[in-house]
Amino acid sequence: MAGARGLALKQPSVIPGFGLALGFTLTYLSLIVLIPLAALILYASSLGFSGFWQLVTEPRTLAALRVSFVISFIAAVINVIFGLIVAWVLIRYRFPGRRFLDAIVDLPFALPTAVAGIALTAIYAPNGWIGGLLDPWGIKVAYTPLGIGVALVFIGLPFVVRTVQPVLEDFEREVEEAAVSLGATRRQTVFRVMLPALLPAILTGFALAFARAVGEYGSVIFIAGNIPYVSEIAPLLIVIKLEEFNYGGATAIAAAMLLIAFLIILVINLIQAWQRRRFSQ
Amino acid sequence: MSDLSLPLGLDFIGANDRARSVTTERRRVRIALIAIAVIFLSLFILLPLISVFIEAFRAGLNTYWVAITEPDALAAVRLTLLVAAIAVPANVIFGIAASWAIAKFEFPGKSFLNTLIDLPFSVSPVISGLVFVLLFGLQGYFGHWLRDHDIQIIFAVPGIVLATIFVTFPFVARELVPLMQEQGTQDEEAALSLGASGFQTFWRITLPNVKWALLYGVILCNARAMGEFGAVSVVSGHIRGKTNTMPLHVEVLYNDYNSAAAFAVASLLALLALVTLAVKIALEWRYADQIAGSNRH
Repeated sequence: MAGARGLALKQPSVIPGFGLALGFTLTYLSLIVLIPLAALILYASSLGFSGFWQLVTEPRTLAALRVSFVISFIAAVINVIFGLIVAWVLIRYRFPGRRFLDAIVDLPFALPTAVAGIALTAIYAPNGWIGGLLDPWGIKVAYTPLGIGVALVFIGLPFVVRTVQPVLEDFEREVEEAAVSLGATRRQTVFRVMLPALLPAILTGFALAFARAVGEYGSVIFIAGNIPYVSEIAPLLIVIKLEEFNYGGATAIAAAMLLIAFLIILVINLIQAWQRRRFSQ
Repeated sequence: MSDLSLPLGLDFIGANDRARSVTTERRRVRIALIAIAVIFLSLFILLPLISVFIEAFRAGLNTYWVAITEPDALAAVRLTLLVAAIAVPANVIFGIAASWAIAKFEFPGKSFLNTLIDLPFSVSPVISGLVFVLLFGLQGYFGHWLRDHDIQIIFAVPGIVLATIFVTFPFVARELVPLMQEQGTQDEEAALSLGASGFQTFWRITLPNVKWALLYGVILCNARAMGEFGAVSVVSGHIRGKTNTMPLHVEVLYNDYNSAAAFAVASLLALLALVTLAVKIALEWRYADQIAGSNRH
């Protein structure tokens, strides 16, 4: 069929509908995703490099980018530590309530971010359940950068758990037994045999949690307090610029966020590739 | 019942203790790890969920009922349902077309296309809204043209629909593509060779083969479509009773210090999340083998 049209677009097949399906897919993809994203790139490039640089290096913008990336990084690290423990416990141990715990891990995927935002704020506000316990110690969570961290841990957790879980499940018990039979202690087996094998999955989970955290908006703005230079995140600053009809400013921040996030993901991918090479040797 | 003397009946973790002792941790470590996981999940996930319902009913049933039946709230519910009713079917049609093209045929650039489909997941919701403002906002590329023709997209329902379609774009496709790739093309080839038409083949062979994965994608897509906040917030303009979806209505109420009403509307969304999770888990348990992507998100 494709040959009849003189196009070697695809390998021959008796199944019909290739042209229609691919045509629709590409049209829809272009209209909904590619053209809008291209508009962002076009708008950003129309600012010119010096214009872009000037907008991005405004002190308030730099502060917001720093808040977003630093806290997202810390939250993703916390998610790696606890996500690993949660995945480990869910896969390796049998205890009552395990399936229930396994089920609620996905809640941050399903719960609308605005709902999570106001719920976390209610809990961690000085008069909330946990905020009230911490307040006498002088620890303020809601309306501080710490609150941002709490919200980002909430939304990032399932990414780590769900990427580590299947790899851990498929991990061969024989490898552990081999390590033990060669004289390794349990600690050595876990930290020097198992964790290195899980590292690519852990890094993927970290990257996903981190990327999601950097862009997160709904769950953060309620708990953050949104004080410029202190607890104002980059996505919020985009919204503020848009409300001022400052499209250029908003676009510059968005482009910077995408650029930095892209670079970080690239670095993580390189580390993963290096890991894989090291292990396959 | 004889081991009631054991606190919490902790023996369950030690049932296979001797048999497995080389590939598991010491009992003390196991209990500690389970405790950490339970406490962490309770604190960070269970507690926020419970607090939504407690805060919602704190001011009494009456206040709750008023909050979810007042005109602005009902308008928000209607708009949310309308947006989901457009966005979800649109992405279902796209998901089916994309998975048909990608799974049933070999063509150059296939994996690149796969990557592009996932693109909206790596874009911040706020940026997902921003791109449509840049296109259709007053100072955007088509802003003047739209104003001259009296068409409003930004700060109106079409913008909300577009932003929602953008953020929920990959959900259906990413469930269907891996499953249909795994299933191959033999079934379809057999049907076609027995004289079925292309449409019959799709409707009676392919679709039944992927129905659970499709449902799985649809409920995830729907949950996100109804719950999306950031992208919709940017394009909505927050006009009460007109362009406020349920999550935006929650924000407006909350910022008005009307916490009880905010949590009342939020509890409806939380309920949606719980139903979504329940259906998702039921599908994963019953049809795990028929949902290829069930471990991916």
